[in-house]
Amino acid sequence: MEAENLTVAALGEPGRRPVLPPGPVVIAIENVTKLYRMGDETIHALRGVSLDIRRNEYLAIMGPSGSGKSTLMNMLGCLDTPTSGRYDFTGRAVKGMDDNELAEIRNREIGFVFQTFNLLPRSDALRNVELPLIYAGLRPAERQARAREALESVGLGDRMHHKPNELSGGQRQRVAVARALVNRPSIILADEPTGNLDSKTGVEIMALFERLYEAGNTLIVVTHEEDVAHYARRVVRLRDGRIESDQPMS
Amino acid sequence: MNELVESFRIAFAEIRAHKLRSALTALGVIIGIVAVTLMGTAINGIGIGFQRSLAMLGDDVMYVNKWPWHNVDDWWNYVNRPPIVPEDAEKLNRIIADTPGSQLDVAVFVNARSTTVKVGGNSVSGVYTFGTTAEYGRILTADFKEGRLFSETESRAARPVCVLGYDVANALFPGRSALDATVLVQGQPYRVIGVLVHQGAFLGLFSFDNQTIIPLGAYAKHFGTRDGNGELQVKIRDKNRLGEAREELTGAMRRVRGQLPADPDNFSINEQQAFKAQLDPITNGIAIGGLFITGLALFVGAIGIMNITFVSVKERTKEIGTRKALGARRRTILLQFLIESVSICLVGGLVGLAITGGLCLAVSLAMPSLPVVFSIGLVAVGLLVSTLTGILAGFAPAVGASRLDPVVALRYE
Repeated sequence: MEAENLTVAALGEPGRRPVLPPGPVVIAIENVTKLYRMGDETIHALRGVSLDIRRNEYLAIMGPSGSGKSTLMNMLGCLDTPTSGRYDFTGRAVKGMDDNELAEIRNREIGFVFQTFNLLPRSDALRNVELPLIYAGLRPAERQARAREALESVGLGDRMHHKPNELSGGQRQRVAVARALVNRPSIILADEPTGNLDSKTGVEIMALFERLYEAGNTLIVVTHEEDVAHYARRVVRLRDGRIESDQPMS
Repeated sequence: MNELVESFRIAFAEIRAHKLRSALTALGVIIGIVAVTLMGTAINGIGIGFQRSLAMLGDDVMYVNKWPWHNVDDWWNYVNRPPIVPEDAEKLNRIIADTPGSQLDVAVFVNARSTTVKVGGNSVSGVYTFGTTAEYGRILTADFKEGRLFSETESRAARPVCVLGYDVANALFPGRSALDATVLVQGQPYRVIGVLVHQGAFLGLFSFDNQTIIPLGAYAKHFGTRDGNGELQVKIRDKNRLGEAREELTGAMRRVRGQLPADPDNFSINEQQAFKAQLDPITNGIAIGGLFITGLALFVGAIGIMNITFVSVKERTKEIGTRKALGARRRTILLQFLIESVSICLVGGLVGLAITGGLCLAVSLAMPSLPVVFSIGLVAVGLLVSTLTGILAGFAPAVGASRLDPVVALRYE
């Protein structure tokens, strides 16, 4: 239950928090564009975005609605592919991958944390965390062991057999974080992770992220809240489908 | 493998979570499967009943009649044929005796009519009474419950003795032996010398238990034998050589009748096969028509499944998006929804088969004479049909689910 006792104050001021030395490049995006067709209209969601993300980075992606933030996140999460430009994930070209290859990348390399948690309502916490491992084809015994371990690491060792409706909002999001961690992904991609939580619980989740970062994970948080972005070590701001600024959080 | 087990787990969790909905959906399949399997049972039953009936006629007996057993359009070609008379049997038997290596065994003359049989105040009407000779014992397929058939001497002497069918004896002498009692056959006294065992009905129409056998002499005296209803029953030696026997019988009968080579036969040779030829189109018609109609019930059930799977996919769009984000492939999603619809169909199929099995058991207990057979084959067919229904009904919605764009599905509220 260590995480629940952490507060922003306990984390220290942003500038004084540790910054881990960045590792090799995980994500390399170069001049990526994305077009959507809505009837006769063509929407330029991304108009040439270039971005490198390295292992052990803690990145926040910010921007007002319509800035292309969601499109970029879908692209980073391999839920969508670019219209043009280059996207390499750990050196593999994502553009041109078929559905199954994208599914495999998502399964093995990316851990998703959603604003609305997206837990399966009829499965208990353990089953929810096991889900990516099922798709990865692991045996039941190994699956359960790893899911237990992940749940314990987010402080929910005593809630394994609770269904989502028997858990608080913060606990649900921690189950989702455990699910994101369980496949030991290259990046954890969080979309407004505190958007559906009260501020105290939100702080707890961000404290959990801090710990994950310090433990060597690569985090990308998409948010429109400055408070949330403050936890990151680097902030990328988007506007009208372009990167407006990309600087370390000071 | 893992994926399959997981899909079944999810499917059953979903079915449990929507008990009422699943039950109502399965109901359509249950009704369909019950209809189809009951139809199958009925068609089986008709076939088996038919075989049993044919066995009663004896599969090694040919019948020589004035008329063929099938319907004829040109009745004028038959109506002036001479009737079959007892002398035909005597002549035919002489020819058989003179033919070395004959395929024919013996010919017996039989003439029959409907009578009323009485004893005291009890009477049974519509009894099929036939006069024949002692040689009939070689053709009779039924055993005697008590007593015997009349002897050669009794037959020749036209003794007033009779053998009663099971039902006739039971009706006239409930709970006691009929032997040596005297019954009135159409007003004439006959002494009962034998009672046949229970045989059942031919095609459910003509009861072999509602009959009386009397010596031909006595029959001739009381009813006459030249009414055109006479027939020869000819037992053959080898039922695997029916064709040869038929050829021989035709030739022998033409000699009996003294026909010239150019004359057409003035008699008809009938076999039980003729019934089969007549009944086959009927059973086939029932099978095709019945299965089509019952298939419609199943089709309606399948539409129900398809509908509910579409609803289920729609409801769980966000869940599908989440699963895809976590690495579920198209195939995994497809399989999940297919297995769900197949599971509902299989559960419905099992319940349907249980209902059909129960109905068959109840019918066979209530009416043991009906040939109701609930076979393993029917269970296999029932399960196969339910599985196919599930696959066909679930396919379109499952493909739709598998092709959902994860971005769109995740945004769905």
